[in-house]
Amino acid sequence: MSVTQTPPAPTTSRRLTTAKAIVEGIAQEMERDPGVVVIGEDVGAYGGIFSSTAGLLDRFGPDRVMDTPISESAFIGLGTGAAVEGMRPIVELMFADFFGVCMDQIYNHMAKIHFESGGHVTVPMVLMTAAGGGYSDGAQHSQCLWGTFAHLPGMKVVVPSNPADAKGLMISAIRDDNPVVYMFHKGAMGLPWMAKNPRSVGPVPEEAYETPIGRAAVAREGADVTIVTLSLSVQHALDVAEDMIGEGVDVEVVDLRSLVPLDRETVLTSVAKTGRLIVVDEDYRSYGVSGEIAAIVAEQDPALLRAPVQRVAVPDVPLPYARVLEDAVLPNRERIRAAVRRLTQA
Amino acid sequence: MDDKTRAELYRMMVLIRTYEEAILRDYHADKKPAFDIGAGLVPGEMHLSAGQEPVAAGVCAHLRQHDAVTAPHRPHHVAIAKGVDLERMTAEIFGRESGLGRGRGGHMHLFDPATHFSCSGIVGEGLPPALGQAFAFKRAGADAVAVAFAGEGAANAGVFHESLNLAALWNLPVIFVVEDNDWAISVPRRASTAIGNNADRAFAYGIPGARVEDNDVEAVYTTAGEAVARARAGEGPTLLEIHTLRLWGHFEGDPQAYRDDLDEVPGRDPIPRYEQHLLAEQVLTEDSIRQVRQEASARVEKAIEFAKQSPIPAPERAAEYVFA
Repeated sequence: MSVTQTPPAPTTSRRLTTAKAIVEGIAQEMERDPGVVVIGEDVGAYGGIFSSTAGLLDRFGPDRVMDTPISESAFIGLGTGAAVEGMRPIVELMFADFFGVCMDQIYNHMAKIHFESGGHVTVPMVLMTAAGGGYSDGAQHSQCLWGTFAHLPGMKVVVPSNPADAKGLMISAIRDDNPVVYMFHKGAMGLPWMAKNPRSVGPVPEEAYETPIGRAAVAREGADVTIVTLSLSVQHALDVAEDMIGEGVDVEVVDLRSLVPLDRETVLTSVAKTGRLIVVDEDYRSYGVSGEIAAIVAEQDPALLRAPVQRVAVPDVPLPYARVLEDAVLPNRERIRAAVRRLTQA
Repeated sequence: MDDKTRAELYRMMVLIRTYEEAILRDYHADKKPAFDIGAGLVPGEMHLSAGQEPVAAGVCAHLRQHDAVTAPHRPHHVAIAKGVDLERMTAEIFGRESGLGRGRGGHMHLFDPATHFSCSGIVGEGLPPALGQAFAFKRAGADAVAVAFAGEGAANAGVFHESLNLAALWNLPVIFVVEDNDWAISVPRRASTAIGNNADRAFAYGIPGARVEDNDVEAVYTTAGEAVARARAGEGPTLLEIHTLRLWGHFEGDPQAYRDDLDEVPGRDPIPRYEQHLLAEQVLTEDSIRQVRQEASARVEKAIEFAKQSPIPAPERAAEYVFA
């Protein structure tokens, strides 16, 4: 099997959904390494509620693809213990929102053991979880919460926006010797039962490859304004960038891809070029990713900015249920477009 | 039980007690006249295990180097009985660079890959990682087992029940050891636990459960031996509860004003009692007791000297070891 370190420009014409790209990445690593197992609720016969493990049970059997009881603390901690002993478990927390019932195992154990042991113990584990709203699932099943995980030291956090990165980041996460929280957005999986952006289906190379953790991608080059964003919001931002061509505005879109480690250099380079920064984040506005990105620029050189930073994020309110209310708080195209106009017409 | 095993149980209990007495001495030495928890060569919370030696000695006597152990916030007795390097463990407690965790962990966060020993300061949360270690051993086809220690307060936490269910469901080679020292800090067991015997909770998960009364090290040894043998044979988990004794406070500096059993505590000390028993049975002599104590003291003082001579971590390296 060929293993390349960086994703080749996808010359392939083969197109996969994000979900299928994730599964392909997991399957290729399971073929390569018998220590890779998949553990979680409904990861077996169901194939993951958001299809992140579809078909793996048939291919690898119940010894390597294991449904669990609804005991998140027990099975996430089990993953940590197995990783300490040299396995490379992929443990799925069905919704990121469910971290409330098991956070101790995540941030006090999985994330801290390497540090507390002075580097003598490693925890090579992937905690895969579904994030995001946009389909009226209410306040307990729609949150992104990546800022919360990224805030707590000791775990890498990756947030793919497209199928090719989803596969490459999964392979990188499995091979990484650290715990990696792998957060996919439900709305970017390309599921047949949820409205989707066409960008949720895309070219994916067939061979195994790594997408480097900690390196952002310039998803679209532009000269006038930088949108720094992640996950599903990258798709919205790219749509808005195309719309804005008609208004004579050239938008650059930076896809963070990883929150931990964070690629500060790519953010600063882009802002230095455009002088204008919008941060689009589907997580809560305060104390999170959008503030962190603004702080990076402020710490480096506030003079990079020709206009104040704009933030498009969830305005510190739980995600409402009613469609019209949820749309009002999510960073959708209309809100992003309005921010671009505010900034470029100022 | 043969005399050699009994003498060895005694020797281990004395080593643990000697260690805890030495830590007690050095912990308080530079916190006088006013107690300041963050001051001195050994700062921070200090949960000592005096009185609970029979649990660690009796259980760990059955364990091999490759077996895993997770201990709770009160871990020294288990670490010593599991065979963790005394010098590096002590250096960690003193916050030194040559400690098990290079001074990043501290006394509640001791990790020793060589003996598969770890601990957690969060009540009950050491159980799931033990499941994972047992899971890895089972998949590798090894006959190694994992033992998760927890206080009786942990038996009322959700994670305890999640872990028992999952261990039973997946038939994992794990032994749960509940150390019932009667007190969850200041809350007595009668005010926290709806049933008299936590081992009865094993019934709910279809696994064997047994309670050992009276802090009896030989009964612990025998009962744990059966549980470890079951796990090694692939017969799954066992839940044990040992009625033990918290000889001192929850942590050092605890005035224990809440404690209504203090008068009877000295009489329940398991070590003089076992010593008398083994003298009467002619397993020990006054000479052999003296020798055991001298050897323990020499080992412990050597470890403490090692710790004190070990370098203090460089502050400019405080941000290291977050990631591999």
